[in-house]
Amino acid sequence: MTNSPLSEGIVGGRLGPDQLADNFGDLHPRLEDHEALVAADRCYFCHDAPCMDACPTDIDIPLFIRQIATGTPEAAAKTILNQNILGGMCARVCPTETLCEQVCVRETAEGKPVEIGRLQRYATDTLMQAGVHPFERAAATGKRVAVVGAGPAGLAAAHRLAMHGHDVTVFDARQKPGGLNEFGIASYKSVDDFAAKEVDWLLKIGGITVETGKALGAGLTLEALKGDYDAVFLGIGLGGVNALGVDGEEKGGVLDAVDFIAELRQASDLGDVAIGRDVVVIGGGMTAVDAAVQAKLLGALNVSLVYRRGRERMNASVFEQDLAASKGVRIITNASPKAVIGNGAVREIEFEYTDDDLKPTGQTVRIAADQVFKAIGQTLEGAALPETERGKIKVTGAGRTSVKGVWAGGDCASGGDDLTVTAVAEGRDAAEDIHAALTA
Amino acid sequence: MANLQSNFVGIKSPNPFWLASAPPTDKEYNVRRAFEAGWGGVVWKTLGEEGPPVVNVNGPRYGAIHGADRRLLGLNNIELITDRPLQTNLQEIKAVKRDYPDRAVIVSLMVPCEEEAWKAILPLVEETGADGIELNFGCPHGMAERGMGSAVGQVPEYVEMVTRWCKANTRMPVIVKLTPNITNILNPATAAMKGGADAVSLINTINSITGVDLDVMAPMPTIDGKGTHGGYCGPAVKPIAMNMVAEIARNAETANLPISGIGGVTTWRDAAEFMALGAGNVQVCTAAMTYGFKIVQEMISGLSQWMDEKGHTSTADFVGMATPNVTDWQYLNLNHVTKAVINEDDCIKCGRCYAACEDTSHQAIEMTEDRVFRVKDDECVACNLCVNVCPVEDCITMRTLAPGEMDERTGQPVAAEYGNWLAHPNNPASQAAE
Repeated sequence: MTNSPLSEGIVGGRLGPDQLADNFGDLHPRLEDHEALVAADRCYFCHDAPCMDACPTDIDIPLFIRQIATGTPEAAAKTILNQNILGGMCARVCPTETLCEQVCVRETAEGKPVEIGRLQRYATDTLMQAGVHPFERAAATGKRVAVVGAGPAGLAAAHRLAMHGHDVTVFDARQKPGGLNEFGIASYKSVDDFAAKEVDWLLKIGGITVETGKALGAGLTLEALKGDYDAVFLGIGLGGVNALGVDGEEKGGVLDAVDFIAELRQASDLGDVAIGRDVVVIGGGMTAVDAAVQAKLLGALNVSLVYRRGRERMNASVFEQDLAASKGVRIITNASPKAVIGNGAVREIEFEYTDDDLKPTGQTVRIAADQVFKAIGQTLEGAALPETERGKIKVTGAGRTSVKGVWAGGDCASGGDDLTVTAVAEGRDAAEDIHAALTA
Repeated sequence: MANLQSNFVGIKSPNPFWLASAPPTDKEYNVRRAFEAGWGGVVWKTLGEEGPPVVNVNGPRYGAIHGADRRLLGLNNIELITDRPLQTNLQEIKAVKRDYPDRAVIVSLMVPCEEEAWKAILPLVEETGADGIELNFGCPHGMAERGMGSAVGQVPEYVEMVTRWCKANTRMPVIVKLTPNITNILNPATAAMKGGADAVSLINTINSITGVDLDVMAPMPTIDGKGTHGGYCGPAVKPIAMNMVAEIARNAETANLPISGIGGVTTWRDAAEFMALGAGNVQVCTAAMTYGFKIVQEMISGLSQWMDEKGHTSTADFVGMATPNVTDWQYLNLNHVTKAVINEDDCIKCGRCYAACEDTSHQAIEMTEDRVFRVKDDECVACNLCVNVCPVEDCITMRTLAPGEMDERTGQPVAAEYGNWLAHPNNPASQAAE
């Protein structure tokens, strides 16, 4: 090992392979059988359970936990996957502390919810590791549906459509399907190539063709798709990244957090991923935390996460904030970027402290930085899209866009939080609506 | 601190907690450990007649029922009486009693239903210095097939006969252990009394199959593909045992027959309940087999604290205190009206009370959009199911309506006077009597 956390500049190999493997291990390993039974025993099997209401995909949580408790995790998995075909990934990435587990009555009773997320993973992993795909296609309808974007929304839509007997073609701009599951979340949340394995498992339903390297404006047009297919679903995500809009933004070392996360996820050797000694991440969402934590885990000496508002306004959950803090990320709030300073490459970045209404206070601070990751939100990209509102494709009902025969869901569509689980729900519901329209 | 000293039919022990005749009391090693841990007495695991010792199965002897978190709620066994030589047991009993003179040592016995057999063994036991004997008329498996155990206990005439033989042939107190595998516990209890028993102890284990191995398709515990009914014990049997204790205690003929209460005693509270229903002391087995001998320390401290709180200075103070309140259904006061009340501050909004009431009872709980649960007094029959299914202690309670207060369900004010079924207008017999 030639480099260390103290090495100057943006370099790889700050930590040795063992340390890296340890740092990027599974954040929440799958529960052992005994742990799962103990955890499942805590569920009260509530009536009209609050956790179900809190789940964007309406998984029957008390039922699946009871199925685990009674020794049938495979049946539990089917209960989960019926509602959420990406239940395996959602078990890993859902901010359960702000969804199902937040409203768990045992959180009310004891401040300690049933570990719903981990139980979900136990069930789905059990089934998927057995190689079982518990759904079958209905008789072929002869209808063809195009799905643009192989992320959570597109995959959920494609699976549901294929299950109903339609022939589905999924297009994706990248060379691999999976979308943000594959490229956009922290590595320690999806170890062992889980995202890719989940896609392979999902495709076992049959009737789905994946074409990579194709996007709207890059080999595809909505007009042509509408002509070639009976329906189109857009799950194209948010491809653009917001700019800081400050002087010096173009300097070397100032990068998009999503690109860093994608590079890290695709790296065959984490020792090859270059990281700065002094890293500053700007933003307050999950992407910002994922970038900051992983920068630290790669061996950066100093990692600061700077957010322009207070902690309570951060999109990253308290759990994520605490995770970042526990890994040694310094969280600085109420500070807006003013200028990127450096001679060619960034050397420092200046922030101005603001109050909670973002009013400048006049006080500034400079933070040493040889690498800056921007994570202040993403934007919809693409021409000739259906009507938009507030930067997203406007949808009504179950993902219907302004264009007849075109549906949309996931981050690119209006309504709902930008969460994997929400994207799955929207993809699934749009698929049901498409199915209804095609078989009407 | 309350004095837990116990005197049961003249047998003294420093506390009323005895270990029941079972594997924990099968040999000197265990019993010494039990006494060191603080147990007041033991009933030594059943001895049989001189000769080749009995043979046990060499496969699993126990089956179990578990609650949440694998808490053991019920245990069944197919073990027989001691499989160690009689002389070994007698020597060990003598040694233990010599070293622990303040503890009660009772010897459980089971020999064939012939007077000679009993005459032969009784002097041998007497010679050990044991404080008393317990006649095992309860064991429901194995030995019963050989005409002993519950095969005797199920025939009141045999119970009386064998008890009489023992009383005639020993000076030691005779406790008759009763089987619950009968239709009316009063019959064997009365028989024991007629035979001269100093006390009865109950219950022995209940015929049971605790599970079925769905791969082998055989009852559990499974021995080479077959299973047999075993004897069921543990917390799950406590309600059955307490009812039988109470039946004997409140029956005029047997009311003065001392009872050693057995069946699922796990905590000091269980013991206090048995004793309140009329048991002079209690015997424990499954709790010790589940948690080890140390649990007696909780039983001692808990009973002592409770007695202090209630002002009882000796265990005799509260033995049988609840017996007069055990009655027949027909004497229950039908004019006593209660309503469930849900404490919204304690409620964690699980909705189980709602599901139970709405699906399976009287549709007497309403649920608002934001999950507030309230009892509908005009529908509530006070069945108590919501109280029972609520996971939070004392979150749902029963409020007694005062005389004169309107019962919204019936539209009638609550009557002040006692009124039971015997006098109820709907009872044809009540009319005929007039």
